[in-house]
Parts: sequence; C-alpha cells; structure tokens
Amino acid sequence: MSMATTDPRAAGPAPFVPQAYRVEEVTRELADTVSLRLAPLDGARPDFRPGQFNMLWAFGVGEAAISISDVETDGSFVHTVRAVGAVSGALAGLEVGTRVGLRGPFGTGWRVAEARGADVVVVAGGLGLAPLRPAIQALLADRARYGRVAILVGARSPETLLYPEALAPWQRRPDVEVLVTVDHAGADWAGRVGVVPGLVPRAAFDADDCVALVCGPEVMMRFTVAALRHAGVAAERIHVSMERNMKCAVGWCGHCQFGPAFVCKDGPVMRYDAIADLFSIPEV
Amino acid sequence: MEPEPRARTTALIDRRGLQALIEALADEGYRVVGPTRRDDAIVYDDLADLDDLPAGWTEHQEAGRYRLVARDDQALFGYAVGPHAWKRFLHPPVETLWTAQRDEHGLTFRSPEPAEERFAFLGVRACELQAIAIQDRVFLEGPHVDAGYGARRREAFIVAVNCGEAGGTCFCVSMQTGPRAESGFDLALTELLEADRHDFLVEVGSPAGAALLERLPHRKAGGADHRAADAVVARTASRMGRELETQGLKALLQDNPEHPRWDDVAERCLTCGNCTMVCPTCFCTTVEDHSDLAGTRAERVRLWDSCFTLDFSYLHGGSVRQSPRSRYRQWMTHKLASWIDQFGTSGCVGCGRCITWCPTGIDITEEAAVIRATAPQRRDP
Ligand SMILES: Cc1cc2nc3c(=O)[nH]c(=O)nc-3n(C[C@H](O)[C@H](O)[C@H](O)COP(=O)(O)OP(=O)(O)OC[C@H]3O[C@@H](n4cnc5c(N)ncnc54)[C@H](O)[C@@H]3O)c2cc1C
Ligand code: SF4
Ligand code: SF4
Ligand code: FES
Repeated sequence: MSMATTDPRAAGPAPFVPQAYRVEEVTRELADTVSLRLAPLDGARPDFRPGQFNMLWAFGVGEAAISISDVETDGSFVHTVRAVGAVSGALAGLEVGTRVGLRGPFGTGWRVAEARGADVVVVAGGLGLAPLRPAIQALLADRARYGRVAILVGARSPETLLYPEALAPWQRRPDVEVLVTVDHAGADWAGRVGVVPGLVPRAAFDADDCVALVCGPEVMMRFTVAALRHAGVAAERIHVSMERNMKCAVGWCGHCQFGPAFVCKDGPVMRYDAIADLFSIPEV
Repeated sequence: MEPEPRARTTALIDRRGLQALIEALADEGYRVVGPTRRDDAIVYDDLADLDDLPAGWTEHQEAGRYRLVARDDQALFGYAVGPHAWKRFLHPPVETLWTAQRDEHGLTFRSPEPAEERFAFLGVRACELQAIAIQDRVFLEGPHVDAGYGARRREAFIVAVNCGEAGGTCFCVSMQTGPRAESGFDLALTELLEADRHDFLVEVGSPAGAALLERLPHRKAGGADHRAADAVVARTASRMGRELETQGLKALLQDNPEHPRWDDVAERCLTCGNCTMVCPTCFCTTVEDHSDLAGTRAERVRLWDSCFTLDFSYLHGGSVRQSPRSRYRQWMTHKLASWIDQFGTSGCVGCGRCITWCPTGIDITEEAAVIRATAPQRRDP
C-alpha cells in the first residue's frame, strides 16, 4: 500500500550513518575529563546552535551523546568528555590523529537571541558548563544587546572546576558577574564553598525581566530552578538542558523519553514551564 | 460515522481465487507472508500456497493464555491475532545500520545495500493496519526518515482481512481501529463461509489492488454478498473480549503518576518485556557494536528493546526508572497518553496481544479501568 509521505530516498544521508572526523587536538581538562577538537575528514563542519550535541562514535566501542562545548574558526568541533564508562572512556583516551565517527548536531539549542534586551542568568553545575560555553560566548560576542549578565558556576571541588582559562577572562570583564562555588574545598581555597543554587540570591538580575539558562546534574537543576522561581523568575523564562539515555538521537529508539518529550529532538534544552509537572515526579 | 456503503470496487473470489492471489503475488516478485500454524500458535511466515493457512483453527485467548482449538468448519481466517505482528518485517528485530572500514587512509562508513525484498502481507487485520499507520508516523513523519523502513513500507502489498472472529482479549471497537479495515490496504477480504459456499468478498483499496484483482478468477459481488460481509463484521464487533473507556484517558493517566495502582501492578509485573515485544506499535530499539579482531571492520546493529529493562533508562550514576512500578507506568502512560502528544494518536490499537502474552495476565484494560474508578483527582479532558 503506497503512502502519501515524502520519498525517503530524497531525505539525504541516513541520520544513523556517521561522518568521519579526525582528532586534531586533545586537551586535558580534569583528571577524568578531556576536550577533543575534531575536524571533518571530508567537507565542512555542519552549522550548530549552542546547546546542541553530537553523537560521537569510538571505533568498535560505541556511541555517546556529547555536547558541543566550542567551535574553532578552522571548522572543527570541540567536545568535552568525562570518562565514566566504556564509550566515554574510549573517547577520552583518543590520541591526536585518530578517526572517530560523528553525527549531528542534534536537538534544540539555548535560545540566546530571545534573551536580547533582558538580563541573563547562566547557571552551570560541573560538566554542565560544557554546553553552556558556546551560549556564553554568543552572549559576550553581542554583549551590548543584553542587560546584566550573571554566570554562576559550581563544581564539586576546586580541582574539578571546568575551563578555568575561560572563566578568568569572563571574571575580569566589568560587564559580567561571575560567581563560582565548590561543594568541598581544602584550606587553600579562597573562594566560596556551597552548592550552586545558593548563588542565585547573590547574583544581580531583574527577576521580572531575565532569562535563565541552567545545565548540570538533575538534582542541581531542580534546586536551581526552585531558587530562581523563589526569586520571582517566571517558569517560561527558565531553560534547562535535560539528560536521558540516548541511542539514536532522532526520535526512533525511545530511550530518551521524558513524559511526552523525546529529549533528543524536543530537547535537550527545554523550557521549564513545559516540563514543570514532570520535573518533580521521581523516575519519569 | 457509517462507512460509505460501497464506494469501493468489489468482487467475489473463492478458494481457487485466493490460491491464485498468492501465486500472482509470488509471480510479481513479492515474498508472500501470512498466518500459518507453528509451535501451537498462529504466526506470520512465508506462504507458498493456500494449504499453509491455518484452515480450521481458531484460538482461545485470555489474560496470560493462548490455546489453539480446532474449529468445526474450514475457515481460513477464523482466528484473531497471534504473537507476531507485521512490524517484524517492516521494522525487523535485528537490522544492520552500517558497517565501518578503517585503514591507514581513513575511516569509511557504508549503509547496507537496500534489501531487494518486497513483501506482500496476506491477512492484515484492521487493528494491524492502524498499527502500521502508527509506525509510519514514528519512522517516516518526523524530522528524519528511516529509509530502510520507508523502502520496505513503500514496496509492501497489503491484503487485509476483516475479522470474522473476535479474540478473547480484543478491544478494537473501543480503540476505533476495527474490526473492519477502512483504509491502508491494496485489497481487503471478508471470508464468507456458509453451508453451501466458501467465498471471499474482495474490496479494492488501490490501483495496484485493482490490477491484481484483474489477474484472479473472480465474479461480480451482489447485494447479498455485501450484506453477508457486513454481517460478519457486525457480529465480530459485538463479540469483543475486552473494552477500554478512552474518554479522558490521557488526562487520567498523566494526572495520576502517583496512583497506588502502579504499586499494585508492579507486584505482578515481572518486567519481562513480553508485552512490548508482541505489541504491534512498540518501536523502541537499542544498538550494538561489533568489530573484528584486527580492528579494521566494525558494524552497528539495531535491535528491538523494551522499556521494561533496567538498562533502558541507564544514565551514569544509575537508571532513571529503577522500580518496576515506574517502568510499567512508563509503558502504559506512553501507550495510552503521551503517544497522543507525540504522534497525534493513541499508541494502542486494541489488539489484545499484551494481555494474552503477559505471563502473569496483566490486562491493560483492567489497569486503566481500576485507575479510572479509584483516581483521586480528575481533570477535564
Ligand atoms: C544531550 C546530552 C549531552 C551530553 N553531553 C555530554 C558532554 O558534553 N560530555 C560528557 O562527558 N558527557 C555528556 N553526556 C553524557 C554522556 O552521553 C554519557 O556519559 C555517556 O553516554 C556514557 O556512556 P559510556 O558508555 O561511557 O558509559 P556507560 O556507563 O558504560 O553507559 C552505557 C550506555 O548507557 C548510556 N548512558 C550512560 N550514561 C548516560 C548519560 N549520562 N546520558 C545519556 N546516556 C547515557 C549510553 O547509551 C551508553 O552507551 C551527555 C548526554 C546527553 C544526553
Ligand atoms: S498495548 Fe496491547 S492491546 Fe494495545 S496495541 Fe499494544 S499489544 Fe495491542
Ligand atoms: S506487563 Fe506482563 S508482559 Fe509486560 S513486562 Fe510486565 S509481566 Fe511482562
Ligand atoms: S535518543 Fe532515540 S528517541 Fe531520542
């Protein structure tokens, strides 16, 4: 029985088939975390929006969803990978010159431009800073169009604070407020100790006219959203980046479901008001 | 709404005509697949001729029970649906997605050659037509198109059968998916088995169906034949084994994620995933990578998966859905509620397979009814 749908042959390369990329550079970020700069072997790097992710494939091991944490003008993607298992471990162990598979970018991005004219509060916990870095870069590249900008960053300890070399110049800018905190620290840490949501009341922003971008572990996001809501930020002005198991990234494998949302295509960046009902229910 | 009485071309064929249909499809290069008896069940497999159909058999289906029983006639389609669904052909349980070759020059990915196979499905029930239409939405109507599924689907020739026997766990009437095949077929048959005849009313659903009918020995269908076919369907509709109240069901489930019934069902559910394997609409998959010892060739394979496994929702730090309660809740809420948000249709077609093939006899219609009867809060749909 024929169908009234578009001819699949016209759909271009199958979204399951990766493109070959070469590891151009490996930068150790933390004890268990590296950044990989990846350039396509053929053709140009596809466009992306801050907040999107790629599926990276390590030869014979498997694939993992990894956020785009930066791009280089030479046309490469930067991905920051924390080794937590087989695939991420293999990716984090790659050497310069190795070929990997990459497909993407997938998913929704941070709606940075929507925040024009308003204050912006960026809240990152741990590796959550990776998908937020391109959003921060976009904000700062176009700084005059936004109100106050606050960047709140948390990590477990001073040693696990991501991208210190990126944080330092942001901290030096007079037009950006950067607040950093760690959960635990030794006596040599002069900075704040405490969890990230605790930074929300300290940051200067207009709760009635701001946009919040939040990424980190789910508990951290839950408490951060609560702090933002408590400060008076409307649910529809809070954006969070969700994480779920992903096998396909195109809405076919079902693994990433979060209530009615497929996190791979309706997310990872989602408006909080769209998911508020689900956010408080365990095991969704 | 009453279906248009006879907007379609119809004809009458007999058993010889049905044999000719199988032959004509094979002759046109189709792999003809349909119901056949194997391992004490009626499954979908290759049909060489009419004798491969389960003549004279029916089944008793109840929650957690399936048993073949001899009929007292020689009906060819006198049963409902078994453990197989057509998804095993259109969305196969194992499928190679690509292979990769690595050498000193680089890394090359290759999609497998599209299979030459063209399927002709004989005996597709109305609920199954709807299940196929639902999987079309998943694989063909999103931002991406699954080319393999699309090719198999585009090439498939579909011969539907209007049900003459309702299964003990069927509830297509509640889901408005049957028992009459309304659209989505090339030809549709209604078996007319009376003391003095064994015929099939054929309805034409597409130009390809019309062309095929021309190749078969057939005669004109008269008013009495049409009335007899209508009576078959009406009788089946009146004998549904189950029913499911769908009014407000989506909101009911989405508003009650903490209903105590989820704990109750979790005590009976083995999280075996049988329900998801037999369900004609469940589409979830996982992937596996294989590579050769030399590390030069790798392959990625897609396999059916089930939301009932602990691994399904695995994240570093632990699975999201740890408890059987949350996994049953995910499955049933997806089927009957969030599916509507995602694809504009319920994910359940009322085929009853999940009820029949659940080892502990968990019944989706009963679970929904209990939640409805005992839900603390309600919201207008
Ligand atoms: C949208 C998105 C963006 C991400 N961005 C990054 C990033 O920038 N950097 C980074 O290091 N990690 C990121 N992750 C998490 C990363 O995908 C997982 O850590 C990784 O899949 C773990 O795979 P593994 O095989 O190493 O671990 P194992 O623990 O061996 O996992 C086995 C399987 O479980 C699944 N899985 C396990 N953990 C996760 C997880 N946290 N999220 C999704 N699937 C998981 C994968 O399918 C994996 O194949 C992101 C996840 C998502 C969903
Ligand atoms: S949920 Fe059960 S009754 Fe509904 S379509 Fe799936 S197997 Fe059939
Ligand atoms: S509902 Fe029944 S068939 Fe489905 S996972 Fe639970 S025990 Fe298995
Ligand atoms: S990752 Fe497969 S459906 Fe979202």
